[in-house]
Amino acid sequence: MNNLPLLFLGIFFTLAFSWTGLILTSQIQFGKLVQTTEVLDEEGNPIEGDPLYPEQIVGLAQQGKQVYLDLGCIYCHSQQVRRPGFGADTERGWGERQSVPRDYILQDRVVLGTMRTGPDLMTIGDRNPSDDWHHQHFYNPQITSPGSTMPPYAFLYRVQEVGVEPHPRAVQIPEAFHPGEGLEVIPTRRADALVAYMKSLRMGYSLPEAPIIEQ
Amino acid sequence: MSIAVQTAPAPSTGPYTSGDEHVRTELSKIDRSMRGAAIFFLISSIFWLMAGTILALIAAIKAHSPDFLGAYEFLTFGRVRSAHLNAMVFGWSNNAIFAVALWIMARLCRNEVRHNGMLYIAGSIWNIAATIGIVGILAGHGTSIEWLEMPKYVTPLLALSYALIGAWGIMAFRFRKGEHVYVSQWFFLAALFWFPWLYTVAQIMIVFIPARGTVQAITNWWFAHNVLGLWFTPMALGAAYYLIPKVLGKPIHSYYLSVLAFWSLALFYNWAGVHHLIGGPIPVWLISAGIVASVMMVIPVVVTAINHHMTVVGSFGAVWRSPTLRFVVFGAMSYTLTSLIGSAMALRSVNEVTHFTHFTVGHAHHGVYAFFTMIMFGAIYFMMPRLLQREWPSATLIHLHFWFCAVGIGIMVVGLHVGGWIQGMMMNDPDIAFIDTVRATVPWLQSRSVSGLFLTLGHIAFAINVFWMLLPANRKVEGPTLLERRKEAEA
Ligand code: HEC
Repeated sequence: MNNLPLLFLGIFFTLAFSWTGLILTSQIQFGKLVQTTEVLDEEGNPIEGDPLYPEQIVGLAQQGKQVYLDLGCIYCHSQQVRRPGFGADTERGWGERQSVPRDYILQDRVVLGTMRTGPDLMTIGDRNPSDDWHHQHFYNPQITSPGSTMPPYAFLYRVQEVGVEPHPRAVQIPEAFHPGEGLEVIPTRRADALVAYMKSLRMGYSLPEAPIIEQ
Repeated sequence: MSIAVQTAPAPSTGPYTSGDEHVRTELSKIDRSMRGAAIFFLISSIFWLMAGTILALIAAIKAHSPDFLGAYEFLTFGRVRSAHLNAMVFGWSNNAIFAVALWIMARLCRNEVRHNGMLYIAGSIWNIAATIGIVGILAGHGTSIEWLEMPKYVTPLLALSYALIGAWGIMAFRFRKGEHVYVSQWFFLAALFWFPWLYTVAQIMIVFIPARGTVQAITNWWFAHNVLGLWFTPMALGAAYYLIPKVLGKPIHSYYLSVLAFWSLALFYNWAGVHHLIGGPIPVWLISAGIVASVMMVIPVVVTAINHHMTVVGSFGAVWRSPTLRFVVFGAMSYTLTSLIGSAMALRSVNEVTHFTHFTVGHAHHGVYAFFTMIMFGAIYFMMPRLLQREWPSATLIHLHFWFCAVGIGIMVVGLHVGGWIQGMMMNDPDIAFIDTVRATVPWLQSRSVSGLFLTLGHIAFAINVFWMLLPANRKVEGPTLLERRKEAEA
């Protein structure tokens, strides 16, 4: 082929076409979504005074998100709930409704994920708000989930000698996994942040476009 | 087994198959002018291949035995896995592309290359940036954006060095001699334009000025899938379109089919990426567009398969004898297979099972390894003797390389496809406890570690052969390629 102008135009327009079609159109269609209330008034506006969703995660949980990113949890965990009937997300208790674009608008980095080596975490805060469970699990997943392939994150914990009094925040570790007599396991700030982030992952609210239907 | 240097006159459909001695002398000159830069990229790529292989082994073992090296934060699964991917994509693959595609481009443009200094500088920046990026990932600065994990402080460096390399490739094309533009050149040229565009848009819209919500995810998969489809694929196909006729000494079967393959690939591939988000929180019409495009990909794939097959048909003996073609044809056949599986995976009913499982990981390796990497190996087997005017020192090592890699990737692809399918079926049955889906995958993940061992051995054989060949003590044949006598293949 020797028609070079055609070649160049083709090279340019094919990619421009998909960029416009997929990305620019998405940006226009739902790139400006804002928070809203669970139901709308008759005119389709948010109801004044009602809480707005999704909620912004703040403080320690926000720092925990950073830990989640830097440790690469995303390579084993998704954060998206598919509609009932497509896969078994709802039956597995991963969410009472499908997750929709508005659920993600306040996250500066969206971590939908593409692997479910481990369970979906979109609603882990609703499912399991126990600090102790998460700390034990992060310290060594075999404690709570024998046979798990999740890596141990023991490096997020400090092992120290028990002082005069046991540390009030020491994680309860069963015999078989305990680092040893006279030692205790204390969460570092990053471990606390990660647990706070886990507990902040909740989707117990309705959105106008995705109401939770009571059974 | 030595490379059969094509000296027999061949029907001329372009500069590349000419039996004209004048043209062949010219090619030798071009090879000599390109030698330093191409070898530089090649050596870099092999270092990265080895680094990426080690990281891969660690990640693979961790996937079934999480306590393996479990105490080291920098080697935690999420980080080594990303470091592996980036070492392979930005280190091995891109350096191999720079070596192979720029060299073939220079040959097809029939002009001795100038400004090699620019390539050395750009290549050094590229490799330094990639090293910083991968150390950054291991140190915990990764972004957790799939295929774009490198921390944002290396982005400008990578972009700058790519700009220089890409510009060099385009300049080589601009100052070409001769009228005819061969199909490989369109593929290379298009890819050289597409890659920086994809990379810049993705970096801006996800990292630097993040778009809101799941628009990020769409951009992410538009990018990641297109790196495969509009960067690796055209580079490998361009190389295959060059090498198959070149080694066989006959023109590609159909010119029109290659035009059709090029344009249908350009048109459909870049819409297909959204199939990674099927069932996800984005508008359904986008997903449908992605599915349609993924299915349409059958056209370029089948067309390419027919074209390659018809070219090769009747010459299977030669394919098997030539190290280059053995790898390239393995790659081309994998391309057909992996692409057809990919189209099937985009169908909602199949995707419902395979999405979120190791099936996808198997598919990714089927594409990037069994197709792309094998073609790059083949191209390197062709390129090195011409650049160095020497033969490969050991046919045995080539055999070992081929068989370890072919068997290794075979085990991996089968293991992950089967294991992933089982995982997906179990996951969709809510009566099965989740932890049982985890346990069921373990044997298949172990098979991947075994495959990793095979690949490692193959890569070691390859690296030894390459560095042995580079040794100055190695026998040197003087003069341009045309003076070399065709040798009988020992294999
Ligand atoms: C190698 C894959 C892998 C990685 C990496 C990984 N996980 Fe897991 N995760 C699993 C598996 C498998 C399970 C299910 C078994 C279990 O409970 O341990 C799981 C379970 C969980 C659960 C419990 C979910 C539930 O529904 O009970 C939480 C919470 C969790 N992981 C959080 C994390 C966080 C946070 C990280 C990153 C620091 C992470 N995981 C990294 C594989 C992984």
